[in-house]
Amino acid sequence: MNRIRRVATVLSLTGAIAGIAIAQQPRTTIEEIERYRAALGDGNPAELWEARGEGIWKEARGPNKVSLEKCDLGLGPGVVKGAYAVLPKYFADSGKVEDLESRLVTCMVKLQGFKPEDAKKDPFGGPGKKVPMDALVAYVTAESRGLAMNVSANHPKEKEAYELGRKMFFFRGGPHDFGCVTCHGSDSQRIRLQDLPNLTKKEDAQRAYTSWPAYRVSQGEVRSFQWRLNDCFRQQRFPELDFVSDGSVALTMYLAKNANGGVLTAPSIKR
Amino acid sequence: MNKRNLTIAAAALVAAGCAGMMESEPQVTDAQVLAVMKKSFLPKGRAQLDRLDQDEMQKLCSEAGATGKPLAKEVSDRLEKAQAAVIKYPSNLMGDWKSGERIAQTGVGKQYTDDPATPAGGNCYACHQLAKAELAFGTIGPPLYNFGKIRGFTPAMQKYAYGKVYNSQAFSACSSMPRFGHQQILTEKQIQDVVALLMEPESPVNK
Repeated sequence: MNRIRRVATVLSLTGAIAGIAIAQQPRTTIEEIERYRAALGDGNPAELWEARGEGIWKEARGPNKVSLEKCDLGLGPGVVKGAYAVLPKYFADSGKVEDLESRLVTCMVKLQGFKPEDAKKDPFGGPGKKVPMDALVAYVTAESRGLAMNVSANHPKEKEAYELGRKMFFFRGGPHDFGCVTCHGSDSQRIRLQDLPNLTKKEDAQRAYTSWPAYRVSQGEVRSFQWRLNDCFRQQRFPELDFVSDGSVALTMYLAKNANGGVLTAPSIKR
Repeated sequence: MNKRNLTIAAAALVAAGCAGMMESEPQVTDAQVLAVMKKSFLPKGRAQLDRLDQDEMQKLCSEAGATGKPLAKEVSDRLEKAQAAVIKYPSNLMGDWKSGERIAQTGVGKQYTDDPATPAGGNCYACHQLAKAELAFGTIGPPLYNFGKIRGFTPAMQKYAYGKVYNSQAFSACSSMPRFGHQQILTEKQIQDVVALLMEPESPVNK
């Protein structure tokens, strides 16, 4: 009840702030949006996903009827605390570099006995559809909140993934000639009123990467980093980024390593 | 040092050299990048995998970005010339600025979620300031408020505006701006309307 009232207050405040902001200078608008974001942070519905995710993590699921509690997310079987801060990383058991989402798929297949196509279906929630993946992602990332990103990228496969991701970042194509770099390669740019981080620069990469996953107020969903990349490529007019594909993990490796040292605030809350 | 020791020392040097090379970033070729990308994207609606096949401009500009080395003058000159040669100018360059304003406001088009039956927009405001009344403008491109008023309402400037919207790469190699005519994002009529938005004295851009 309290939470609902608080959210309602924030939403009405937002309207007022937006009204004031439009009557003033563009810079002020940005400052007001920052205040709006700060106000939103007071009550983050991502907590609901985190709690649901913890339940799913501990629940016996799949053909093997076991939980994910023995899943190795990078710090050893069952260690959830701090794991998100070291991902993506190379896993000897799969012989691949994996991000959080692909690692969850691996554990669902290897431990719980899901078919890969079943583990990968429904990667993102939508209106009226809550999916386990979003909840698991929220739970695991919340267990690294307050910790600094610490991706190693020392293994040859990790280095290769980083370099591949770096080249993907600069890859321009499609009917609009866009690449990640078009919006995220220069300082202090805006698309409409949205500030764009320069993801080739440490401070910006840290601030941006550590705030994902996030609860998106406009969508009423917790959005994972795989979703973030998927939706960027849609707007780039590329074909659809395949969930947990090698390319998606490589690009995540590039962005995550660039954010090393940044303190995780995810799951955060965004417009 | 005898000959045998020298050989050992040389071998150690080579080994050290190899170890040093292992420390550097691995080489990932453009062909490898494309192969991984083709397996990492799924065709969806109008966005098929051929969208990952780069033309010369896209290839050269991606490489310039990744290496941090801008194109050599002779390469950018050649690229600009080649792109300029394929611009098709209609006899009439100016359309309806009111329609141009709507095209500048909308960003729909060419995404796999967009209905192909809906005409695409130019989404000019995403990157440029245009009419003063619209405060929600981006800053990726330069401000275009008072475009015609500052540059003069001349036929030469109309032609420049048409060409720039049609194919930005003809004027500035590796520009971030889409080639709206060249890539068939906007129709001839739509580009004429956008030129009017920039160049009509009555357009809000010049007020």
